[in-house]
Amino acid sequence: MSNTFANFGNELYTGKRSYDFVGSKKIWFLIAAVAVALSILLPAVKGGFNLGIEFRGGSEFTVSNVQNTDTTLGTKAVQDVVEGSVPRVANVAGTTMRIQTDKLTDEETLAIKEGLTTAYGVTDNEVTSTFVGPTWGADVTRQALVGLLVFVAFASVLMALYFRTWKMSLSAIAGMLVTMFITAGVYSLSDFEVTPSAIIGFLTVLSYSLYDTVVVFDKIRENTADLDASTRRTFAEEVNLAVNQTLVRSINTMMVAILPVGAILFIGAGLLGAGTLRDLSLALFVGILIGTAATIFIAAPLYAWLREREPQLVSQAKRVEHRRHDAAARAAASASSETASA
Amino acid sequence: MARTGPKNSALRVLVWLGVILAVLTAVLAGGTMAGQASWAPKLALDLEGGTQMILAPKVEGGSDINEEQLNQAVAIIRQRVDGSGVAEAEISTQSGRNVVVSLPGTPSSQTRALIQASADMNFRPVLQAGPGAPVPAEQQTPEDQLPKPTAEPTNGSDINWVTPEIYKQFEALDCDNPAQDKQERSDPAKPLVTCEPATAAQPAIKYILGPVEVKGSNIESSSFQLQQGAQGAVTNEWAVNIQFDAEGTAKFKEVTERLFQFYTAAGGDAGSDPKSQFAIVLDDQVISAPRSLAVITDGRPQITGGFTEQTAKALSDQLRFGALPISFEIQSEQQISATLGGEQLRMGLLAGVIGLLLVVVYSLFQYRALGLVTIASLVVAGALTYLAIAILGWTENYRLSLAGVAGIIVAIGQTADSFIVYFERIRDELREGRGLVSAVENGWKRAKRTVLASKAVNLLAALVLYFVAVGNVRGFAFTLGLTAIADLIVVFMFTHPTLRLLARTKFFGEGHRFSGLDPERLGAVPLYRGAGRVRSPEDKPATVRAKNAGAAAEAERRMTIAERRHAEKQEQLAGSSKSSAKEGK
Repeated sequence: MSNTFANFGNELYTGKRSYDFVGSKKIWFLIAAVAVALSILLPAVKGGFNLGIEFRGGSEFTVSNVQNTDTTLGTKAVQDVVEGSVPRVANVAGTTMRIQTDKLTDEETLAIKEGLTTAYGVTDNEVTSTFVGPTWGADVTRQALVGLLVFVAFASVLMALYFRTWKMSLSAIAGMLVTMFITAGVYSLSDFEVTPSAIIGFLTVLSYSLYDTVVVFDKIRENTADLDASTRRTFAEEVNLAVNQTLVRSINTMMVAILPVGAILFIGAGLLGAGTLRDLSLALFVGILIGTAATIFIAAPLYAWLREREPQLVSQAKRVEHRRHDAAARAAASASSETASA
Repeated sequence: MARTGPKNSALRVLVWLGVILAVLTAVLAGGTMAGQASWAPKLALDLEGGTQMILAPKVEGGSDINEEQLNQAVAIIRQRVDGSGVAEAEISTQSGRNVVVSLPGTPSSQTRALIQASADMNFRPVLQAGPGAPVPAEQQTPEDQLPKPTAEPTNGSDINWVTPEIYKQFEALDCDNPAQDKQERSDPAKPLVTCEPATAAQPAIKYILGPVEVKGSNIESSSFQLQQGAQGAVTNEWAVNIQFDAEGTAKFKEVTERLFQFYTAAGGDAGSDPKSQFAIVLDDQVISAPRSLAVITDGRPQITGGFTEQTAKALSDQLRFGALPISFEIQSEQQISATLGGEQLRMGLLAGVIGLLLVVVYSLFQYRALGLVTIASLVVAGALTYLAIAILGWTENYRLSLAGVAGIIVAIGQTADSFIVYFERIRDELREGRGLVSAVENGWKRAKRTVLASKAVNLLAALVLYFVAVGNVRGFAFTLGLTAIADLIVVFMFTHPTLRLLARTKFFGEGHRFSGLDPERLGAVPLYRGAGRVRSPEDKPATVRAKNAGAAAEAERRMTIAERRHAEKQEQLAGSSKSSAKEGK
């Protein structure tokens, strides 16, 4: 199996096996466009995201080590104190209950805390309460957005300087945006609560997405460095070869990155229920998958498309065409190297 | 010779890495033995349990708060929290807007109210002063000798304010070990018994103060400067200036007129009537109680005496911001039970360990024995990160939060990626037909650039998030940045030198089938096959030209331009074995 995978790598490397990522760009762009559109439409149709308490504001109680995970006990404990309120009661992990209510006064909080203590038969310190002002989540989001913009600006400049072309920056950012939208769409679909932890997850996805793109783009840079002097492949073909050559690395990296995240998401979340780790890991899990794919299917083909119209590269492509034509006509391999150096 | 050079330098780098690890361990061990550090990283509130309040300071009038005001807000809250007797409270600012208060346990509603209240500064005349220690019970004034008011007090300095209760309270007050249960604000119309906490320059003093005479809001501004002498020459004494508004000027004039009488009556500079002092009170604590040496009619008093530049600045700041009452709005208050936090940490670590094991299995599966290098590198990176977190916990009071733990778990993947990029480049070089030793060197040259460029993106993300973001995001960004740096250190100082050494072993160098670097498995065709036979570009297994024939045929030849040229050159030189000399480089 490993052997076949190594073989797979060999064939990709030599070009014996090649996936036409760049050539079929229209299909990928279309798929991405549909996915992004769905990701925007879905939350809109559903009426927005399932916002966490940090965005709604309110009070939250956590009861650990409960004997009985009946949610009605929690509802009753709250309604005994605040009539007519509709608390969200959930069993978040094995023996932990979470009760969320609207904003409460200090007295109400204390009274509900006592009520919950007796209702679930736990000790005083096993019931904790949290109060969140409605502006807190918005605050986190605003700062996160500022962070996002600053990061994108800096990263664009960094990439443009490193790769010596702004087109790589543009393609990388485009791939990142696609990743972001689709991840947000999946988040909306999953109906997980959007909490500040989820926001952290999104920000990491952005950094991961660009990181992944830089690794692949560096190979593209290497492959296309002295393209002008060559008639072996066109620009787009070189880009496609680079993507194929780094495909094994992309898959391996994705696997290694996603294994711990998946462990948190599927094992940790099962044991822990909702919380920082689960919110974070869903965003990451989806984001790493989409981010890796977006580099291969969106960023690289987009870069090829942006560059291949440059006059220099158009004439290079013509020369390649010419050489191939020649080669086919003469069917003599030795002649080709002469044309190349001419 | 060419072979021992790289080997020695690889060994040297590994030794340096060992030195770094040993020094970090020694630093931490030293700190632990000195009782200041601990082997376990410090845990943040969400893991340790406790209460975290995020407060948004609000300046009266709704204007935005600036950095200076925020720092002042922190100072105010620190004074309040310390005053309320909460041990180990931590107060910090966030993103230039919020104040974060972390307290172990659950604060009482009084503590909360105290923390939230707006700063309260005012000026009260001193009625009586004494050393900070409580008067021992047997020396306390007997009941019948306690001062009794003989009439209604007529002004702020009237001794008739002192009732027997107040005097008893004054005698019992212990300013050296202040009581921790002060919960309510004093009544501005009534006298106040309070302390001036001990400073480096003077011990604690306790006071009986008259009612509030000038409010802090009457202060227009405050500054500090070197005092000017009689001839206008600058002396070495620091002074704090106050500028009152019109109302404050009038009131302060009235107060100083009265206080100055006590001063002259007591014999001027030589005398020591506490009634000539006025106390500047912030949140019911005296921050300074200067004597009134003159009648101030223009509302611009100057306070002098024993200031250093720092203390003058501190007092001036306090006065300035006392004039701008800052109140606090609780944005979020979170209580985490210690058990819940511990549970989260345990599960998080468990998930992390399972994830790590999966990574180990996957690396071994993918890279065979080379996977062991990945694992060893991850272990070294983990050790570096751990030491850094423990030492930062000691020196910078960095606390590991759940989000930080998540950052570390996420970093496993990104750290391992550096090795993957490197290994894949080595394999690429092997596929080109290079020997392992030169494949490692050449692969490294190319991988190094990629690793540096991609880690720069990671570090950039971590830095931006750290400085811009609020709340949990910071802890997360911090560990992300930390692990990126640890990763760079490990790739440069561990993975690469180790591979250089391993490339010279028989197992790897000869490409054992379990080494993960078996040229045959990688489909390598040696460039030089002895007896003058050199591979030509056409010398590759032909493939069936099914679909995509053009591109496939094209791609089938070799890859990078540099390599292709290299091959072309060889083609031209066919028959000569000179090109093989490049191999050994």
